[in-house]
Amino acid sequence: MKAKTADKIATGVIYGIAASVAFVLIAMLAFILVRGLPHLSWHFLTAAARSFEAGGGIGIQLFNSFYLLILALLISFPIALGAAIYLNEYAKPSLFITIVRTAIEVMSSLPSVVVGLFGFLIFVVKFHLGFSILSGAIALTIFNLPILTRSIETSLSQIPNLQREAGAALGLSRFETVIHVILPASVPSIVTGVVISAGRVFGEAAALIYTAGQSAPTLDFTDWNPFNLASPLSPFRPAETLAVHIWKINSEGIMPDLSAVSAGASAVLIIVVLLFNFSARRLGNLLYKKLTNS
Amino acid sequence: MDLITEKIKKTSLSTKQDRFGKFISVSALVLIAAIVVLIFGFVLTRGLATFTTNKISVSDFLFGTNWNPSVVDKKTGMPGVGALPLILGSLAVTFLAAIIATPFAIGTAVFMTEIAKKRGAKIMQPVIELLVGIPSVVYGVIGLTVVVPAIRSIFGGTGLGILSGTIVLFVMILPTITSMTVDTLKGVPRHYRESALAIGATRWQMIYKVILRAATPGILTAIVFGMARAFGEALAVQMVIGNSATMPDSLVSPAATLTSVLTMGIGNTVMGSLQNNVLWSLAMILLLMSLIFNIVIRLIGRKGELK
Repeated sequence: MKAKTADKIATGVIYGIAASVAFVLIAMLAFILVRGLPHLSWHFLTAAARSFEAGGGIGIQLFNSFYLLILALLISFPIALGAAIYLNEYAKPSLFITIVRTAIEVMSSLPSVVVGLFGFLIFVVKFHLGFSILSGAIALTIFNLPILTRSIETSLSQIPNLQREAGAALGLSRFETVIHVILPASVPSIVTGVVISAGRVFGEAAALIYTAGQSAPTLDFTDWNPFNLASPLSPFRPAETLAVHIWKINSEGIMPDLSAVSAGASAVLIIVVLLFNFSARRLGNLLYKKLTNS
Repeated sequence: MDLITEKIKKTSLSTKQDRFGKFISVSALVLIAAIVVLIFGFVLTRGLATFTTNKISVSDFLFGTNWNPSVVDKKTGMPGVGALPLILGSLAVTFLAAIIATPFAIGTAVFMTEIAKKRGAKIMQPVIELLVGIPSVVYGVIGLTVVVPAIRSIFGGTGLGILSGTIVLFVMILPTITSMTVDTLKGVPRHYRESALAIGATRWQMIYKVILRAATPGILTAIVFGMARAFGEALAVQMVIGNSATMPDSLVSPAATLTSVLTMGIGNTVMGSLQNNVLWSLAMILLLMSLIFNIVIRLIGRKGELK
């Protein structure tokens, strides 16, 4: 009898724990959205931020976030793809592979503030890039590489060996098999992985404070020449992102509508990140259906 | 005849392509390894400068309790470079957060894998995934607007401090620990459960005496992973901890962590100065701690294998 009571109590407690975890998430999302959504407007999403008066927006920060994300993915994706292909298709157990795997593991557990400081030391100070989009994109690349490599490697390893044997039987080289057979088959899950990592990169702030900087100079949205500093595309301008902006105004902001801007910006950040997470799997499934005609 | 022999002996186009592809992919790998080596190299050389260039003794740095690098202490004639308050602050929030998060994480994971599999997959899986996805600054904002005022009204004071940091970190590392625990529990072989139930164990006895025991190494790994994340987390903690680098004497008075001092300070110091060098030494401690967490995870993994 005693064991049965214990069982009932434990089951109840576990139900309670699971419910409270779900409640915490829902409460947090509701809190951010309820506080933030009323402040969202076209003006808020597109206007420049103001430091001393009310009525500023997050337009430039939002643009910077997306631009940095795209640049970071452009740099990190090819590297991660190459590394994952080698690890999954070519690598045989050896000392070199053990060392590299350890390196990737260590890299993935680096605190992002250390990544940011490294970027600051190398790119901002040593290479005289200053606080710039380029420095930020490279810092985000370092932050993103281990996650992306691992997720692409998992995608590749899920392709059955039958495919590789079939490729070899047709006389294809390993590389040709990878390019023409393995990669097309794993596109859906690779895309899922990339989009999920994009969500993480979009919300990252600690790695950017001292690389992409904490200021967002006014941009001239009619000038698309990347070599002009006022151009939105210029990789050499400082670029405060949305996540950095939220941190910055909460720690030292002095505008009168601070809490409104902070709430609105947090809501936008959460919505974008959730969109990434939701669409990741959908996009993967959609691609899978398109590519396999099933 | 010669033409054919030549053609056969020559490296074919696809071999060349294969070599090229292999070269490209291995160089990507080497690049990643090189970045890790570079990070360690640069942070360690800068971090050690405090001890080599500025002649600060390691024990003064690790065990000194006065952190105020820009002011020379009148008694000792040395700038305040004692990082103990920061190290303690970091360790305190990390361990407290892990202690609170662990029962919640294990409970949720058990719920998802043993008690309500369907609801677990349908409701809790997305909940955990969404929690993982929430950016750390958002946790900071929630901490600042909900947790800090709540603690202020309960305990008085500013509300900023180790307790607020702990609560924010608890929610941040909860999904990490949970999802890894779920993976471990799923890895416990099915016949363990069947044998336990067959000899008359209740479900709780099966969970407590068989499954959780079998999964202990994996759960420990999950906890250490969560702690590594908590130790390295910067902004969310910095926003709620109060940033006062004094020895923490209560959970609800302002304190500081390694990461919070780093994020606040590194932009306000001149490269190469003592004030800057000690900050790099803090970064070095962070780096070494993340290495130690990694080693601990490996050791746990190895011990779990032996069984």
